[in-house]
Amino acid sequence: MIAIVDYGVGNLFSLVSSFAAIGADAVVTGDSDVIKGADKIILPGVGAFGDAAEKLRRSGLDLVLKDEAKKGKPLMGICLGMQLLLERSFEYGEHEGLGLIGGEIRPIADVIPSELKIPHIGWNALRFTENKSPLFKYINEGDYVYFVHSFYGTGCDDSIIATAEYGAELTAAVANGNVMGCQFHPEKSGNVGLNILRAFCEL
Amino acid sequence: MITKRIIPCLDVKDGRVVKGVNFEGLGDVASPVELAKYYSDCGADELVFYDITASAEGRKLFTDILSTLARSVFIPLTVGGGINTLEDFDRVLKCGADKVSVNSGAIKNPSLVGEAAKRYGDQCVVLSADVKRVDGVFRVFAKGGRENTGMEAIEWIRRCVGEGAGEVVVNSIDTDGVKGGFDIEMLEKVCEAVNVPVIASGGAGSIDHFTELFKAIPSIDAGLAASIFHFGEVKINDLKNELKKHGIPVRL
Repeated sequence: MIAIVDYGVGNLFSLVSSFAAIGADAVVTGDSDVIKGADKIILPGVGAFGDAAEKLRRSGLDLVLKDEAKKGKPLMGICLGMQLLLERSFEYGEHEGLGLIGGEIRPIADVIPSELKIPHIGWNALRFTENKSPLFKYINEGDYVYFVHSFYGTGCDDSIIATAEYGAELTAAVANGNVMGCQFHPEKSGNVGLNILRAFCEL
Repeated sequence: MITKRIIPCLDVKDGRVVKGVNFEGLGDVASPVELAKYYSDCGADELVFYDITASAEGRKLFTDILSTLARSVFIPLTVGGGINTLEDFDRVLKCGADKVSVNSGAIKNPSLVGEAAKRYGDQCVVLSADVKRVDGVFRVFAKGGRENTGMEAIEWIRRCVGEGAGEVVVNSIDTDGVKGGFDIEMLEKVCEAVNVPVIASGGAGSIDHFTELFKAIPSIDAGLAASIFHFGEVKINDLKNELKKHGIPVRL
C-alpha cells in the first residue's frame, strides 16, 4: 500500500486518480501509523515552502518521514514535496527542509535569462544523467513532462537524475537511495507520468 | 526547451459538449469524457472546459462529469464558466480541475483574482479576457462578449496579473469565428504588457494560422481553439508535426 501524505497542502485528486489508473493501492492519510504501515510514501505539495514545512513540523509528520526514509522505505516527493526533501529553501525567507537529500531551493530567476517567464510552466523534455534511474525504466530520454514552479533545487548535483532546459539546466528529478523526488507533476504528464509512478510502485 | 501548447476548448452545457462535433470512430461525440480522452490521446497539451450551463442542476452535472473525466485524463485541466466566488474555485478544484479561469466573475468582483491567487496560488488562476476594438481602442467585454465594460483591455490584463493571475487567455472578439487567423496585433500588445504565459484564442481556421502565430510572436505560449478541432478540420498531431517542421518546439 502507498501512503499519500495529507498535511493540508494541495489538491490530491489527480494523484489519487493516477494511482487508481495504474491499479496501485494508494490511500490519502495524515495518520502516522498508516504511513508507518505503508510500503511506500508519496509526499505531495503545492504552494509555499515555509508554510508547508511548518505544517509538516506541527503535525509531527516530519519526524515520521525521516524515520521511515532511514529505514529504507521508498519515499517520493512531488513538486513542492520534492523541494521539502532538501536541506533548506530560500523562498520568502529561509526555511528548513527535511534534509533527506543534500542541497537547497532557490529562485529560478537567479539562473535563467530575464526574458524567460516565471513560473516555468508547461511541457518540457527530460534529460537523464549518466546512470538511468530505475524510476525512468518505462520512459525515454526526451520524453515530456509537465512543470509548474518558480524555485528549483541546487547544490544537489550528486542526487540529480534528470534535468530540463529552461534557459539553464534546471533540476527535474533527484534521488538519494530510497528517497527521490520529481519537480514536475507525473500525475499531469500523461502516459509518461503514469509510467514513472508505475516504476515507483515496483521499487 | 519548453514547448508551445495546443489547447482544445470544450463548451459544456447540461453535461454535453455543445457545438457540433464530427469525429469518425468516436461513439458518443457529445460526451465530455470521451472527447477529453480522445484529445488527450491525440496529443493535446491541456484541456479547457467552459461550463455554459445556466441552471443549478446543470452545474451539478458539470462538476460530476468533471470528476469522472479527471479520473481518466492525466493532462492539465482548466475549468471556466460561472466562476464568481472562492466557493466556485473550491467546487471545481475538488473535482479535479488544475486551473480555474475567471472572466465576468473578475469584472463583477475585481478582488476575486487576488483572493483566489492567495488561497490557491498564482498558477491556479487564469484570467480569461474577451477583447474587442472599439474606435481603435481595445476594450474588455463581459457576458460572453455582449457587453462593453468600457475598460481598456491591456490595463485590465496588467492589473489582474499584478493581483496574481498566473496565465492569461486572450480571446479576440474581432477574429473569433472568422477563421482568418489569430489577432496578432492584439496578442503582441498583451505579450509586451505581462510576463506570465499568454494563450491565444479566437480566429484559428487552419494549421497555417498556428504557424503564423508562433512565428510572429515568439513569446506566446499556447494556441487555443474549439471548432476546428471538434470538426476534425485540424488534427492535433498533424498540427504539431507541421509546427515542428517550422522549428517551433512542440511535444510529440
